[in-house]
Amino acid sequence: MEEPIARDAVLELRSVRKTFGPVVALSSGSIHLERGSIHALLGENGAGKSTLVKIAAGVYRRDSGEMRLRGEVVDFRSPAEAKRAGIAVIYQEPTLFPDLSVTENVFMGRQPLRSLRRIDRARMTAETISVLSGLGVSIDPDRPAMGLSIADQQVVEIAKAISLDAQVLIMDEPTAALSGHEVERLFAIARSLRDQGRSVVFVSHRLNEVFELCDMATVMRDGEFVASRRVDELTPSEIIRLMVGREITQMFPKTEGREPGRVMLSVDGLTRAGVFRDVSFDVRAGEIVALAGLVGAGRSEVARAVFGVDVYDAGEVRVDGAELAPTDPRAAISAGIAMIPEDRRKQGLFVDMSLGRNTTLILRRALARMGLITSSAEYRSATEWTRRLQVRSHDLDSKAGTMSGGNQQKSVIAKWLATEPSVLIVDEPTRGIDVGTKAEVHRLLDELAGDGMAILMISSELPEVLGMSDRILVMREGEITATLTRAEATQELIMTAATRHEVNA
Amino acid sequence: MSAVTAPERTFRRRVADLIKRRETSVVVAIVLVVALATSVNSSFAFGRDGWRNLLLTPSLLVVLAVAQAVVIISKNIDLSVSAVLGLTAYATGEMFTAWPSLPIPVVVVVAIAFGSGLGAVNGLLVSRARVPSLVITLGTLYIFRGLGIAWVGSAHIKPSDVPDSFERIGIASVLGVPVLTMVAIVVVIVAAFVLGSTRPGRELYAIGSNEEAADLYGLRVQRRVFFSFVASGTLAGLAGVMYAARYVMVDSQAGSGLELQSVAGAVVGGVAITGGSGTVIGAALGAVLLTTISRALPIVGVPDFWQQALVGALIIAAIVLDRVLANRHARRLVQEREPNVEPAEVAR
Repeated sequence: MEEPIARDAVLELRSVRKTFGPVVALSSGSIHLERGSIHALLGENGAGKSTLVKIAAGVYRRDSGEMRLRGEVVDFRSPAEAKRAGIAVIYQEPTLFPDLSVTENVFMGRQPLRSLRRIDRARMTAETISVLSGLGVSIDPDRPAMGLSIADQQVVEIAKAISLDAQVLIMDEPTAALSGHEVERLFAIARSLRDQGRSVVFVSHRLNEVFELCDMATVMRDGEFVASRRVDELTPSEIIRLMVGREITQMFPKTEGREPGRVMLSVDGLTRAGVFRDVSFDVRAGEIVALAGLVGAGRSEVARAVFGVDVYDAGEVRVDGAELAPTDPRAAISAGIAMIPEDRRKQGLFVDMSLGRNTTLILRRALARMGLITSSAEYRSATEWTRRLQVRSHDLDSKAGTMSGGNQQKSVIAKWLATEPSVLIVDEPTRGIDVGTKAEVHRLLDELAGDGMAILMISSELPEVLGMSDRILVMREGEITATLTRAEATQELIMTAATRHEVNA
Repeated sequence: MSAVTAPERTFRRRVADLIKRRETSVVVAIVLVVALATSVNSSFAFGRDGWRNLLLTPSLLVVLAVAQAVVIISKNIDLSVSAVLGLTAYATGEMFTAWPSLPIPVVVVVAIAFGSGLGAVNGLLVSRARVPSLVITLGTLYIFRGLGIAWVGSAHIKPSDVPDSFERIGIASVLGVPVLTMVAIVVVIVAAFVLGSTRPGRELYAIGSNEEAADLYGLRVQRRVFFSFVASGTLAGLAGVMYAARYVMVDSQAGSGLELQSVAGAVVGGVAITGGSGTVIGAALGAVLLTTISRALPIVGVPDFWQQALVGALIIAAIVLDRVLANRHARRLVQEREPNVEPAEVAR
């Protein structure tokens, strides 16, 4: 670990820590932001960038560590406090008031007043026009925020920050939803902000953007500060090495040397305009195939399309040789696919229902006798699966929403395994669960593969990807950019395939 | 990059904006209804009583619709306004009976303050307990009404209980305009100023438009919501005093049903039930339209049982119209932005 170079700093965070229950989101975050610079904040998914940003922005409060603004120790209790102190965040998708005009969005809560505490509309509009034209942007200040493009919404946020005279602007993956020329416009704005002496923190996964725009880069990994360098002293492959350069010490319960069986899931040329293109892969019986990549690369969208939740424009999906009708999750279930979504509270569990009922929900048809489901049949089925998965809960009647994250995840898995699938799609199977349960989930996945199940595992955790899978597909911006075998895959290869964007090394 | 094109503040654009406004179409509707009813029976608008009733009858509902608009704009609702009106109307009469020597202005102020207090109860429950106001104010509607029944019983205020000078306020006119109508107009002007041109007012719009954003902007959401309910209670209290002056007969059921009429008036006047848009002037005009229609329908010979259905159809039509216009507006805004781009690409 290197210490940040000590120089005149606008904003400085040192060894900042933040935990959510048992989950450590940030164990030691540091950044040293110089006046008049554009500073890249880099790291894999889950490296702690967003947590660091949210602490600086007053969304979270740190558990420990130091935060200084212009040398003074600060402790923000709300985003509004951070904003008043001159730190503004431009999120990927800004939060504006859709019904109100652009001008009101810029000035809400601090409108200029004249006599009788009236709002001075003329002055407000004039100032908005002057800020917007200073940014070189043409947006009608009187139009409502509703219907503005994401890029223009970001511009409104930036205008707000400037009219607040914010000295620190944090842009959290601002380019993810922008088109090419919108990115150019944003860069021009960021440079002019820098030239005015403001400081910009730029969070992005696109390395070429970092090299094009930024002066400094801070790399984080697993919730820790790794390094901070001048960008012109770095190369893309060095950044990737810093991002992934961990020792993998964790052991995975992976049975090696199994011979995979026949192709169970075959995806060919799957395309959805603007989301993913020409995605093709096979998953064989007894095989775990990982779908790696960064958040937003389109992995979950592919899974949802395969399962029939979302539409696709072209391509086909075959299960055990038979073509699967698109956009029909029921057909997918009866063909033997099970999908465990990432956001289990929203998509995987009915948190207000009992554990037992959750487990058997998808089996309603199989369990029903003359259209009625008897509690005892439901119980028998639920008991078996929750026992096999060691879901720790007092009884099958307790509400699913009251269980721990790990037990919720296991009961979602139980729910789907009860359908006895031949193909299992799991999206981020161990996100947000503790280490012990993680190991159990991994053991379970290995066991299921041993029983001949074909498993497609979406995962953003490189150790998990490398440790659990037989083959690895890497996606970047909607396309599969690499297919790696277990033997040849390394963290660097995966990250390179996941981030390289018109950068040649 | 092109420079900012200054918004075209031409006369034409202003006229176009004015024509497109909901307020304008409501005014046109009111004029049509009045014209139709007057053509059937000229005493609807002409003659001393006709003119007076035309202006006087809507004034109560106008005040309530303004009260309702204040809370609906922040994405809340106050169903208890009618019960607050009932309680304050009865309290007004009771004060005259119990302390006949009390000056009228004192009685009026105390009664209005009583309304503010009841509004504060709503405001505290909604902003502190963070329970949807629909549930809270439905509860307080029954509670306030129940308290009224316990207090009033089968008694009622009679004309002989109130001083003549107070009774006269209910029917008096100055320069052809009834006093109560003037009160309602003053309420509309003050509320329009506060909501349109002051920070607290604009913040109510912001809260109703996107509460999450309001939190991020550091607006004091709970405080604003609390005071919007106090305002709504205060106006309902004022409406109670007006009720007592206008009808003089007050029993425990005074004002029943006005809560939904006030919502209807606001909605017809263009106040979006989803918060964040609409004006109090629109709400007031909506209330005038509803009252005028229900007075006009019997005159033009619409049978009793159709009258309510017609009013209902009008409310639905107003909401559907809002939805259609909002969708068209949103599409146009997207198209202005990227004229040659397919929607799918816009999403990307």
